Amino acid sequence: MESIATREAFGKALLELGHQNKDIVVVGGDLNVSTFAHLFGNEFPDRFFDFGPAEQNLMSVAAGLASCGKIAIATTFAVFGTGRPFDQIRMQIAQPHANVKIVCSHAGLTVGEDGSSAQSIEDIGLMNTLPGFNVIVPCDGPEAAQAIKTAIETYGPFYIRTSRASTPIIHDNNFEFKLGEAEVLHEGSDATIIACGIMVASALEARENLLKSEINCSVINLSSLNPLDNETILRQAKITGAFVTAEEHFIRGGLNSIISQLVTANHPIPIESIALTKYGESGESSELLEKYNLTAKSIENAVEKVIKRKP
Amino acid sequence: MINTKTKTVDLKKLSSNLRRDILMMITNVNSGHAGGSLSELEILITLYQSILNIDPLNPDKKDRDRFILSKGHASPGLYAVLSNKGFFPRSDLGGFRKLGSHLQGHTHIGTPGVEMSGGSLGQGLSFGVGIALAENIDKLGYKTFVLLGDGECEEGQIWEAAMSASHYNLSKLTAIVDRNKIQNDRFTDEVSSLEPLDRKWTSFGWSVIKCNGHNYRSLASSFAKAQLETRKPTVIIADTVKGKGISFMENNPGFHGKAPSLDQLIQALHELNFSKASVLKASKEMDLSEALLSKLSTNY
Repeated sequence: MESIATREAFGKALLELGHQNKDIVVVGGDLNVSTFAHLFGNEFPDRFFDFGPAEQNLMSVAAGLASCGKIAIATTFAVFGTGRPFDQIRMQIAQPHANVKIVCSHAGLTVGEDGSSAQSIEDIGLMNTLPGFNVIVPCDGPEAAQAIKTAIETYGPFYIRTSRASTPIIHDNNFEFKLGEAEVLHEGSDATIIACGIMVASALEARENLLKSEINCSVINLSSLNPLDNETILRQAKITGAFVTAEEHFIRGGLNSIISQLVTANHPIPIESIALTKYGESGESSELLEKYNLTAKSIENAVEKVIKRKP
Repeated sequence: MINTKTKTVDLKKLSSNLRRDILMMITNVNSGHAGGSLSELEILITLYQSILNIDPLNPDKKDRDRFILSKGHASPGLYAVLSNKGFFPRSDLGGFRKLGSHLQGHTHIGTPGVEMSGGSLGQGLSFGVGIALAENIDKLGYKTFVLLGDGECEEGQIWEAAMSASHYNLSKLTAIVDRNKIQNDRFTDEVSSLEPLDRKWTSFGWSVIKCNGHNYRSLASSFAKAQLETRKPTVIIADTVKGKGISFMENNPGFHGKAPSLDQLIQALHELNFSKASVLKASKEMDLSEALLSKLSTNY
């Protein structure tokens, strides 16, 4: 299966969009080759500004640019672009509903060797607490490219989370991302696996393996965490009656919290979680995913467990 | 430029009227930041009367000059000036800090003429850098002014912004520091020494002008000088007095974020030489509460 990192697909898409829309400006924080923002910067130096590792300044400048009609894309690593400038994002981007798109790469455990300080496992939680903030976690290259296009075409604040590591390409070229829609990749009957980001490929692998044991799972790619597709998720809750959530994020504040809140209030069913329960460490991405149980095998075990819990 | 004697007299009357409005709207809701609103007032009046290219009837025109109040808590000063300039009716001032009013405790973009939502300190200069960079792209010719508190300069982000403004040679960006020497708790030098403040800005690549922040001539010539700068951003360090114009508020850290009592308001309005009739008239025009109006009727 072909693969590409979502950060690279984002950078290439942004370059293309930069030709089409002269209002797009990009601000970066000294990590522009890693985030692939440099592709835009090399082509449009007059619309690209680097501020070094000064992320508070970065976010407020983006808000200032947006106040003048620019579509400001703020890029850095997830760990630096959410926690450190959270106050700036809150007051200058979320509260005035500014037209700023924060696109952060190197999210989650798969930063790898840099260790726990670099592994952003709280960013979804942080950004999802901001009222009116669109939060998107693309699962592959085509979706990352479509997500930034949608963000640029949709007025208001966005957080788009991309990854360092390459992920399998799940979508074909005709794929169209729809903001606020849960993408049902497979309809099943026994349980629903709801995943985002790099865990979507693992969810698909888990489904294939479980079919051998005659367990038929639905699989949802929930790239749009806010706005949330309540209708599709609750319909799945009624069809399969059991959920497994899978995310490269801390168990609190992320996908599991979002789904649990919705389901508990509307149609309570058993839910199992594949997520991080503590901080990571240095190591290769694949080793870390194995050690911290973010694998297809973990999802399979969780599905078997959640089915047993069904009343 | 403000250089005729008659104009200076008018401005003095204006600042006195706006001091009255600021104190009355704060006492009306028993909350708000009086000290910094009084220290910044002549800076704001100078900008809005003679420097800024703005149109209250067309507050969103693209080539307007931008004024950013980074010290968003000093909103009463800005609201008094904006209302006087015609951005919104004078009767709105009575809604300050009240449920349903557009006049929020800290500045918010929902108010006509307010460019940035403020409140959390240290963010306005970066916002101004973003506006000045947009001007660099669009070449609309507008200028950007950012008013900072001196205590606010203890925020690290101010210096991130200062560095980037000089890096990008943003000569159409002017910062003004309201150097009133008092922050929330205490005198700035008791909290965190800011001096030598001028040399800090110089070393960050800024052109520095010092002036008397309550003297219209000094302010006007400083802004005129700032506009001649073509290579780098300018900061005007305006020497001011917290609580300026009211004897018991001047240099008193107790009035950073505290409203005057009714007795204190009455004393302040007497110091400003307002007659009872003019105080009651202002109270009605600003649509202040019946309770305050009746107390002023009885006690003034």
